[in-house]
Amino acid sequence: MSYDDVWVVVPLYNEGPVIGGVVQEVRATFAHVVCIDDGSSDDSAAAAEAAGAVVVRHPVNLGQGAALQTGFEYALSVPSMRWVVTFDADGQHQVSDVLAMLELAGSDDLDVVFGSRFLDDRTEAGFLKGLVLKAAVGYTNLTTGTRLTDAHNGLRVMSRDVVSRVDITQNRMAHASELVQQIGHLGIRYGESPVHILYTDYSRSKGQSLWNAVNILADLILR
Amino acid sequence: MNIVLIQVVLIVVVIAVAAQLFRSRGERSQALRRIGLVLFAAIAVISILFPNVWNRVATLVGVGRGTDVVLYALVVAFLSFAGTTYIRFRDMEGRYTRLARRIALDEAELRNRPTESSES
Repeated sequence: MSYDDVWVVVPLYNEGPVIGGVVQEVRATFAHVVCIDDGSSDDSAAAAEAAGAVVVRHPVNLGQGAALQTGFEYALSVPSMRWVVTFDADGQHQVSDVLAMLELAGSDDLDVVFGSRFLDDRTEAGFLKGLVLKAAVGYTNLTTGTRLTDAHNGLRVMSRDVVSRVDITQNRMAHASELVQQIGHLGIRYGESPVHILYTDYSRSKGQSLWNAVNILADLILR
Repeated sequence: MNIVLIQVVLIVVVIAVAAQLFRSRGERSQALRRIGLVLFAAIAVISILFPNVWNRVATLVGVGRGTDVVLYALVVAFLSFAGTTYIRFRDMEGRYTRLARRIALDEAELRNRPTESSES
């Protein structure tokens, strides 16, 4: 099966040690990878480019939400694009999960498939992290009218139509909730698919602190 | 029970200012800010000329001393300043993001077009 109409959008910020491997692994299945280098100070952009990704460089650091929106706009400039996959640069996502999500989108006629860590028990989040993530999804469901089990997962599959209709304005971490909210308002068919997040030592050392939950909440309330 | 009146007034003003600043933008709020600034200057001049005015205002609304009224007014003014500054920074960030994104996409197009056309 060819995935020539799929574009994998990878927000990239200082992931030099791993990004080359991540891009190579994704490109073994998906030909089109666009990395949005969000003003990295290391060799991330060069490593991604060497591995075969298209690299779009933000002249200054803007945040992950801004990088995703740039990636969407780049993907929309490619006429043959039908699907966008959002994928993290730190190697915690699996290509096999993306294949399952694309299959679900096709078989159930969905416009968006969100990855969820909580549909099966493969992902080992710590107790406190699990609690905060549950609280986050509870808040998101409450304020957006959606029914999801995991709102802050970076792995998503979106149709071209949806990508063209969303507009992320939350530059930093609150973009995940904002995206869920906008998709909820579109009134399109969405679903969830179980994904396995690999919490490696590397991703743990780079992972966001739980303090960020407070910042996300403030960004959402003061929207 | 005199203190209750000032408490009610201040709470209402604080909430109203906060709600106003977090919702409205554009011409009307800019005009209101400017009117507020002019009023602020006028009141400052009056209170310099007639320091006792604040004591009279204080007894009127049920606060002990004029300095307390000034302090409360300052709290409200500072809150509204913080609110407007927050909104202006956020709007500016939005514009700056769109500018940076445009630059990034244009540059990517320039870099990628030659290879794409040679492939096809």
